[in-house]
Amino acid sequence: MALTLEQMRHLAKLARLELDDAQLEALMAPINALMAHFEKLQALPLDDVEPTSHSIPVYNAFREDIVGTPLPREEALANAPEARDGLFIVPRIVEE
Amino acid sequence: MALHTLSLSVLSEKLRRREISATELTEAVVSHIERTEPQIGAFITLTPELARQMAKEADARLAEGEWNPLLGIPMAIKDNISTRGVRTTCASRILENYVPPYDATVVARLKQAGAVIVGKANMDEFAMGGSTEYSAFHPTRNPRDLERVPGGSSGGSAAAVASDMAVAALGSDTGGSIRQPAAYCGVVGLKPTYGRVSRYGLIAYASSLDQIGPITKTVEDCALVLQVIAGKDPMDATSVDVPVPDYREALRPDVKGLRLGVPKEFFEGVHPEVAQRVQEAIAALEEAGAEVREVSIPMAEQGLAMYYILAPAECSSNLARYDGVRYGLRVGAEKGHIGMMEATRAQGFGKEVIQRIIIGTYALSSGYYDAYYLKAQKGRTLLRQEFERVFQEVDVLVCPTAPTPPFKLGELVDDPVAMKLMDVLTIPVNLAGLPGLSVPCGLAEGLPVGLQIIGKPFDEPTVLRVGYTWEQIREAPSQTP
Repeated sequence: MALTLEQMRHLAKLARLELDDAQLEALMAPINALMAHFEKLQALPLDDVEPTSHSIPVYNAFREDIVGTPLPREEALANAPEARDGLFIVPRIVEE
Repeated sequence: MALHTLSLSVLSEKLRRREISATELTEAVVSHIERTEPQIGAFITLTPELARQMAKEADARLAEGEWNPLLGIPMAIKDNISTRGVRTTCASRILENYVPPYDATVVARLKQAGAVIVGKANMDEFAMGGSTEYSAFHPTRNPRDLERVPGGSSGGSAAAVASDMAVAALGSDTGGSIRQPAAYCGVVGLKPTYGRVSRYGLIAYASSLDQIGPITKTVEDCALVLQVIAGKDPMDATSVDVPVPDYREALRPDVKGLRLGVPKEFFEGVHPEVAQRVQEAIAALEEAGAEVREVSIPMAEQGLAMYYILAPAECSSNLARYDGVRYGLRVGAEKGHIGMMEATRAQGFGKEVIQRIIIGTYALSSGYYDAYYLKAQKGRTLLRQEFERVFQEVDVLVCPTAPTPPFKLGELVDDPVAMKLMDVLTIPVNLAGLPGLSVPCGLAEGLPVGLQIIGKPFDEPTVLRVGYTWEQIREAPSQTP
């Protein structure tokens, strides 16, 4: 099935992408062309097959609960778009 | 011969014998970069001063009698591998000014060995692409033909090695991004077994498929770099605690009795001259004593469809971290926190990345998860089982790395499907987590062809041995292939 503009708007919202209708329409053709290739999977007999999320078995990796060397605060903040008093500065997220 | 043109193994022998210094070698490479880079565009960031400093340190270690194969060797690092204090952009506007506060484990290991970092190599943005044309900064040209792409996504790493601007390089491979550019540029590239090399500090694209590996001039060089970067790392829970063998011991020109499987599906739709070069290499290996038999992996044909659900799904999740808050680009802070995230992401990501985020978001969204993501994961199980079955009959698989010779810049950049078909022979290897090596294998239409050698999990030694044997046959003066 092919994605509609309405679905594209919804997906852009879910993915936090500010895209207008013209941009979404331009993206639709390549996305739908690629998705047409997915359809062949629908024909496979997969009912009794276990899914693979990793090719090599991966188990929980535990370690001793010992404090390591943390990243110094100033280094952690060095790439911040805006920082002050040792904190990240972001737009206001609660109303006054 | 000019120093920068020599292989890693030859140079490290010269360093060991103190015939040359690391500084001399680094100066040769740096000045070659100054002359050559304007034509190729293999790098996003050059680090000549860092390289000189590292070379000086290597010389001090050599003077004290220390030696290992990478000590003093100039290398390029793909720009999605974190380097402390050196800008790491992932070829994206969203990370254009990002300077990592830590080293990737592979980089820490290279530094410990004493390798010299000459620069950060160009790539497709977030490693999504097969031509390096999706770099947000500039394309890279194929050193063998400047009108053509170097492949991708590790196109800068492969082009740097092919044009002698680095003695060796690190790339990353999610669906063929080391092997395909290595094939296109006529150099050697290895995607190790999933879990063989730590991914800590590799900027994530699709975490269940990503793997770092070497791009080098020879198979021997490839073994020497792998030796340093392979091994369990507590910082990467998916790195596997399997002993690291001595890869140099695998470098014997001997394939007698080895069973080579030729997967017939991997020759379908392949450019006839590419197929012919690969068949000639297989015939030469048979002549050298290998047993060759045809095998079948029918699910491989479904690999592309599985990959383009699984990789975008993982990418949509991994790339959620770019929100303009803690690092990277920030746009539209006046729009509130959600508006800022939406504006930052839309402006910071390129078109190809946005496409994959949307596809991945769709594949993971409620109501479609079972139809797409779960189906692809189940298909992956069947594909893995087919490889397992075939590897009961054969020791390695041999086939082309890419279905065609390198294409021209601009030729496929706007075709959503054709460029992705270039990964059709490499993607199944990532889905199954297997090691895959690409070794130069003659020319088609005058352009490089890659022979792909696929092995059992953690059997890099046999893969390298077959590659090494083929390299010896190819280089032997009495032979013609």
